[in-house]
Amino acid sequence: MPSVATLAFDYVPALPEIVLLVSACAVLMIDLFVPEPRRHVSYWLTLLSVAATASAILYVFHNTPVRTFGNMFVADAFGDVLNFLTCLTVILMLVYSRGYLAARGLFRGETFVLAMFALLGMMVMISANHFLTLYLGLELMSLSLYALVALHRESGTAVEAAMKYFVLGALASGLLLYGMSMIYGATGTLEINRVTTIIFGGHANRTILIFGLVFVVSAIAFKLGAVPYHMWVPDVYQGAPTAITLFIGTAPEFAAFAFMTRMLVGSLAAVAFDWQGMLIVLSLLSMIVGNVIAISQSNVKRMLAYSAIANMGFMLMGFLAANVNGYSAAMFYVVTYVMSSLAGFGLVLLLSRAGFEAENLDDFKGLNQRSPWYAFLMLLAMFSLAGVPPTVGFYAKFAVIEAAVDVGLVWLAVVAVLASLIGAFYYVRIVKLMYFDDPVDKAPLAARSDMQVLLSLNGLSLLFFGIFPQQLMGMCVVALTRSY
Amino acid sequence: MLQLYFPVLLFILVGIGLGLIMLALGSLVSPNRPDPEKLSPYECGFEAFEDARMKFDVRYYLIAILFILFDLEIAFLFPWAVVLPEIGIFGFWSMMIFLAILIVGFIYEWKKGALEWE
Repeated sequence: MPSVATLAFDYVPALPEIVLLVSACAVLMIDLFVPEPRRHVSYWLTLLSVAATASAILYVFHNTPVRTFGNMFVADAFGDVLNFLTCLTVILMLVYSRGYLAARGLFRGETFVLAMFALLGMMVMISANHFLTLYLGLELMSLSLYALVALHRESGTAVEAAMKYFVLGALASGLLLYGMSMIYGATGTLEINRVTTIIFGGHANRTILIFGLVFVVSAIAFKLGAVPYHMWVPDVYQGAPTAITLFIGTAPEFAAFAFMTRMLVGSLAAVAFDWQGMLIVLSLLSMIVGNVIAISQSNVKRMLAYSAIANMGFMLMGFLAANVNGYSAAMFYVVTYVMSSLAGFGLVLLLSRAGFEAENLDDFKGLNQRSPWYAFLMLLAMFSLAGVPPTVGFYAKFAVIEAAVDVGLVWLAVVAVLASLIGAFYYVRIVKLMYFDDPVDKAPLAARSDMQVLLSLNGLSLLFFGIFPQQLMGMCVVALTRSY
Repeated sequence: MLQLYFPVLLFILVGIGLGLIMLALGSLVSPNRPDPEKLSPYECGFEAFEDARMKFDVRYYLIAILFILFDLEIAFLFPWAVVLPEIGIFGFWSMMIFLAILIVGFIYEWKKGALEWE
């Protein structure tokens, strides 16, 4: 054991996180001295900071895992890929939500800084090699997100959503810490890769370990929004300002996926048989409940919330195969779900304007007459979420179902196909409203050109990766095999 | 091992016992003649002025939260100062980074006017 005074850590693997932390603090300071009409200075600085972080990730990209900070932090291909995608998602979120935020008085330094700190929390979670690092990242992310939801404080629904999110989030954190303490009791370590070694060595108390595992899986299910831990999802998605809903529904999915992989694959792979059973229940319930309840929603944000629940169920189905194929199918699923979700919420943001929230299904009526291009992009997003070929959502669903069938869970695959058939109804209903109904709202659609370009690229990428999924799938496989 | 805890058990039992005896003696021996005037609520000898659940300025919360933040920082600085010879230059710079981040927050709250009392 070296004395603490001589600990010289390797800081380079954490370069992206350091860049982000320093620039977030800098933006917070600079924003104080930026006069109100020039608020876009903070906005561009935020975009620049996140872009710099993304470049730093590419610069330090790790083909073999590097552990630093006394084994608390790991930088590997899996983490680097997810960190990079999370940064890209935040950039898209900022560009998509600019007009929306400006129209509601939320185009403020606090929004940008909180988004950056949430991103930092996600990156710390993704790069964690220690239960406490994981928890620290989770809390930094969650606390920033609670504040973002409540940012529109005159809105009663936003404050209510933030309160629910906070109370249930605190409960989940409690469950997680309790589970971690049990695993610590069973194995005597909090370091993720050492937990595996100890369990495989047969030095762990199995009863306590499984007891802890139950709590950890519950916390993961809460963060993913899987049934029966999904109660917060519809209320938070509906109550939060749409720009923040877009944020909550996309980037944290990467962090939650990394959280699940680090915990279940990185440290608890030896008890895969036990968590497989729990994930089957979560996956089954999420797919059925999410898809069935989504049908009766008339609010688009609420419908997309149930769609998120159902999609996380599909993702879990790939993950619970507990082999590299399953993990990479699940990772592919998360990536494509986030892409589709970004496009879907991006269009909801685009239809909203000052004093008007495009929240109801009726607001999509006749979108084709108002703008054929946006209607087409929304069609791609909906088809991708539903899993209709040739969009990327089809290939993602195909991959997770294949992973489940390969491990003999044919019945689960059959349920998944039936659930996605039910789900197709409410996605196709939006397509029907856009193409076959007359518009109720005839206001012209206005969007900044950078948003138009990125949203179009986002929508077309759903088609592109649907036709050529090999590259993206290959990236997921390589990221996982080089890390685990 | 377990008998080492016997004094603690004894202490708990005596503590609970003594407390119970004094309360019981007080209620058994003292005279008890209630009347409506004695049972009515009062405030400093007068009748109650207003409801106890009154509104108060939200600024108290702000001050209280900011106080807790910087109070915790002090609670963190003391043990750091005590072990500084052992943790050396690494420990010194760790705390400097921590303080730098804290100062960012301090400048923010100052500039935003959270410390103004009007």
